Amino acid sequence: MLKFAVRRLLLLIPILLGLSILVFLFVRALPGGPETALLGERSTPERAAAVRAAYGLDRPVYEQYASYMGRVAKLDFGVSIQTQQPVTEEIGRRFPATVELATMAILFAVVIGIPLGFVAGRRPSSWVDNLSTVGSLLGIAIPVFALGFLLKYLFAVKLGWLPGTGRQDVRITTEHPTGFYVLDGLLTGDLPAAWDALKHLVLPAVALGTIPLAIITRITRAAVLETGNEDYVRTAEAKGMTRSVVTRRHILRNALLPVVTIIGLQTGLLLSGAILTETVFAFGGMGSFMASALFTRDFPVIQGGILFLAVVFVVVNLLVDISYGFIDPRVRAS
Amino acid sequence: MHNLRRQSFPRRGALALGLAGLLVGTAACGGNSEDTGRDTGSAAQTGGTLVFGTSSDPVSMDGAYVSDGESLRVVRQLFETLVTTVPGGTEIEPLLATEYEPSNDGKTWTFTLRKGVKFHDGTAFDAKAVCFNFDRWYNFKGVQQSASVSYYWQTVFSGYANNEDPSLGQSLYQNCEVKGDQAVINLTSSSASFLSGLALASFSIASPTALQKFEADKVTGTGKEPRFEGTFGTKNPVGTGPFKLETFEPNNRLVLARFEDYWGDKAKLDKVILKPIADGPARRQALESGDIQGYDLVAPGDLTALRGAGFQILERPAFNVGYVGFNTAKAPLDNPKIRQAVAHALNREALVRAKYPPGAEVAKQFMPPSLFGYAKDVQAYPYDVAKAKALIAESGVTNPTVEFWYPTGVSRPYMPDPAANFQAFSADLTAAGFTVVPKSAPWNPDYLNTVDTGGTGLRLLGWTGDFGDPDNFIGTFFRTKQPAWGPLEESIYADLEAARSEPDEDKRTDLYEAVNKKIMAFLPGVPYVHTKPALAFAKGVQGYVPSPVSIEDFSKVSLPS
Amino acid sequence: MSLTAGADLAAGSADSGATGEQAAGLYRDAFRRLRRSPTAIVGAALVALFVFVAVFAPLLAPYSPTAVDLTDIRPGVFPGPSAEHPLGLDQLGRDELSRIIYGARYSLLIGIVSLSLGAVVGLALGLLAGAFGGWVDGLVMRLVDIMLAVPSLLLAIGVAALLGPRLLSVMIAIAVVNVPIFARLLRGSMLAQRRSDYALAARSLGVTRGRIVLQHVFPNSLAPVIVQGTLALATAIIEAAGLAFLGLGSADPAIPEWGRMLAETNAFLASAPLLALWPGLAIVLSVMGFYLLGEALREALDPKLRR
Repeated sequence: MLKFAVRRLLLLIPILLGLSILVFLFVRALPGGPETALLGERSTPERAAAVRAAYGLDRPVYEQYASYMGRVAKLDFGVSIQTQQPVTEEIGRRFPATVELATMAILFAVVIGIPLGFVAGRRPSSWVDNLSTVGSLLGIAIPVFALGFLLKYLFAVKLGWLPGTGRQDVRITTEHPTGFYVLDGLLTGDLPAAWDALKHLVLPAVALGTIPLAIITRITRAAVLETGNEDYVRTAEAKGMTRSVVTRRHILRNALLPVVTIIGLQTGLLLSGAILTETVFAFGGMGSFMASALFTRDFPVIQGGILFLAVVFVVVNLLVDISYGFIDPRVRAS
Repeated sequence: MHNLRRQSFPRRGALALGLAGLLVGTAACGGNSEDTGRDTGSAAQTGGTLVFGTSSDPVSMDGAYVSDGESLRVVRQLFETLVTTVPGGTEIEPLLATEYEPSNDGKTWTFTLRKGVKFHDGTAFDAKAVCFNFDRWYNFKGVQQSASVSYYWQTVFSGYANNEDPSLGQSLYQNCEVKGDQAVINLTSSSASFLSGLALASFSIASPTALQKFEADKVTGTGKEPRFEGTFGTKNPVGTGPFKLETFEPNNRLVLARFEDYWGDKAKLDKVILKPIADGPARRQALESGDIQGYDLVAPGDLTALRGAGFQILERPAFNVGYVGFNTAKAPLDNPKIRQAVAHALNREALVRAKYPPGAEVAKQFMPPSLFGYAKDVQAYPYDVAKAKALIAESGVTNPTVEFWYPTGVSRPYMPDPAANFQAFSADLTAAGFTVVPKSAPWNPDYLNTVDTGGTGLRLLGWTGDFGDPDNFIGTFFRTKQPAWGPLEESIYADLEAARSEPDEDKRTDLYEAVNKKIMAFLPGVPYVHTKPALAFAKGVQGYVPSPVSIEDFSKVSLPS
Repeated sequence: MSLTAGADLAAGSADSGATGEQAAGLYRDAFRRLRRSPTAIVGAALVALFVFVAVFAPLLAPYSPTAVDLTDIRPGVFPGPSAEHPLGLDQLGRDELSRIIYGARYSLLIGIVSLSLGAVVGLALGLLAGAFGGWVDGLVMRLVDIMLAVPSLLLAIGVAALLGPRLLSVMIAIAVVNVPIFARLLRGSMLAQRRSDYALAARSLGVTRGRIVLQHVFPNSLAPVIVQGTLALATAIIEAAGLAFLGLGSADPAIPEWGRMLAETNAFLASAPLLALWPGLAIVLSVMGFYLLGEALREALDPKLRR
């Protein structure tokens, strides 16, 4: 297992190197540079040239790349052009927001999706099954941002049940030692703050979690259906094991495998969805920040952010692969 | 920290429009706004926290380094300038200086300073502090001299002690002398815009102690990759304003707290929290759901609904212009008949009626009517499709094709929905016989970049004034040759330069009126709207006075009890 | 959003693969199953309706989708449904029904072009990796890994930003997202096929590697590709909508593209909610159609279910 993990982590190196070159070339191929982003309406060619020189953008690309990689080796990703904050600080501030959101979304998807898929799979063509099928379909077919609008309009604007912008009521003053607001509230003993942060998470998490919910429900259902037909399950039933024991021991355990795979695959999907969800709910996470960095040609953020996200992606998938071993002994053996 | 101009609206400027006229305008704009326009506030309480939705975080709170609207909004609460504009108006009135007097030659200005004023850090405000700030700006070096960093210094004072870029002009500023409780500022020449320029938030007086302690001028890695390492602009801005900074959590909130030792009437609110919400509709929904109690730049389509739901709408006087610009270097726009055909083809009235709030007016020239130098009888180009077609026929151009550019991802006071304006005008042009090639780019930076380098044929753009001076509108556009506009009639450049340096106010007015006529005869573009940017507040919020030049502070604002 | 999850499962089930002789039977069988599946019927009906509307839009639409008329438009006020305009007018006074009808064309166009581009490049890469193995496989798969390591929407935004505001850049952006999916799919499927009994048998009979790959392995690996292709059409419509929401799309805002129409309505959701409903409904129904059809195809083509 350890060897496997190390091998996979070593694989990161060529990926990151390749990615860093691609991203570096990519941002420089973009039409227009950050200089006009800085100058805005009042940009003139002379002023733009001065800014280009100030940021070293007038030097040859390979020289820029070399000096960039030199700094990256020291974990210095430069300073965001949009916000003038160090990129590492920006990531440190925004990434927890996205992780918090994505975790809630996955939690929402798993907590509802697995039982629902399970019931649907045990009783195919029942009303639960049909309802979950139609629901999953709808969940997949509605664009994330449109679902976000809808949830926000209904529950925040019209009904006023839940907040629809930001991560926490700005009037709440509390410390943020970890950057995960719900956790921060719990750690500092400020329960109202934690509760408020949790409430702020509900709508965006539902919007973001709907596609994973649909997929997890479908996968669980399919896995349960399939496992239910496997010989060993039939054998177990024939041996007189009660249905609930069979369910717990065999079906659920085996059905979990594809579900975990899906969760791994969802990482990239969730980040894509987070770009839209965070924009709709002004959530201030990594996704919307990266999108706006692309729009404003914030070179340091694009470069650093994509490398960072790639690491996250690979590590999450590694964890998923490792977790196979715990769920399915057959994988461990091979 | 340093200034970076972002999508926030540019502004600043002074308007030759009286306070009385403004208040009439405000009072006329509907029942709900009345209780906010003035500080009568019997139902209002002292204390409490106001949450205000902004479009972004400030780039820096060091006024010298910024020129974007959201940064200046914060600077305005924390700092004060020597002079300011009257509340909601445009005339200059004292603030940190109680009196100001130019010498006969206009080159020496004596400012008598207010006594008993303290900075947030407890140090005293005095003439030494004033001169310290001016000398600081004057002695900017390296990246600090970049136009993106000290834009307004360059606009008002042109150059620095040591210009590192030869294209910068000689500095208007010479030196500053401390004479007891007076600060005497010597200029290298007389300037009509110096005094109104000083009302800009960029010329806020900061605590010299704090500027040094928090290294406002510390710039490392000069040249290749500048870094503003000091924390003055991000964590420790220290001024004399009615509010001081409590906390700034980027991307989440910026908390301002009442400054208890303020020299004047102390702020009514305990706290003001600025919450960044980038998306316009999201700001409106945040107001509706009670997450915030006010926001700026309300979309015209939201005004009626918000008023109907009991929210207050406050309007700023129109100090802007939206226009369709031509690049006269690009055929067929080099042909005057084609330019006129475009002007006659555009149904400006229909667009302004359909997409701008009541009170917006169709523009006839490139500056707002309230500004001196506005000409009464410029050539008009009424909507007339037949005439447009006839002009095309006369022009000798067969099947005229134009690239028409509009920006995406932006909403400006003069252009709330660029795509809508584009589609309306594009349909108009097609109807008159033009072939329109649609072109778009994200506002920042692609669109502006393309405009600046002369890459656009027709373009949608506009301007919000920085100064109560025609030079800030038509001078900015046409005084120098710019690739964006292409070549204009030569005398326009010279006329604008002459009008700019003319010391006599009446003569300047005449000169500007004449050049406005000349511009509209030449037709470098079609101005189409002057509109009133609006703010929205929750019911019962009182005391916010909208200003034509956005010199607005929260100190008189109060919440309902 | 991509529906890659489904694709991988499809690949997984196809791994158990049919032999060469069974291939024809597989597709014949599949068709028979499809005709009996309600999922397939509903999906096919929706897809057929969508394609019909797209193809005959000029005959079906009562008005031009781009004719601006500001006469009755005021800030935040647009006339609702009426006898002349069954779905009402949009924010520039255009007939909403005509725009929805023409919108089908753009969705179909975006879907087909992005799918073809992505599939061709992805399949070529997958074919290369699957056929040659070794260092070619390693290189191709590292490239695919790199592409997969970047969130798909971010990748699409980047491509669209690079190519400028064109319908084509949206298509390419979505195609780029499809490339690694198809490459992985085909490679995985082919690797399984290559190790299968009949491939080994053919090999031992002296058939060249190229012929085995082209005549046996490739056709047999196509089943999951067909499934994924159908799903990718659904994905394309959704991705295009997401990109439109972020402001990426054709330079001509008058183009009646559903995603853009839906995204625009955010600004007047309160005053004209119906304008959000129509493009939303159009997107949901067409995505559902392709998704149902894809699901039905997968079930039909899954040999495991053929007992």
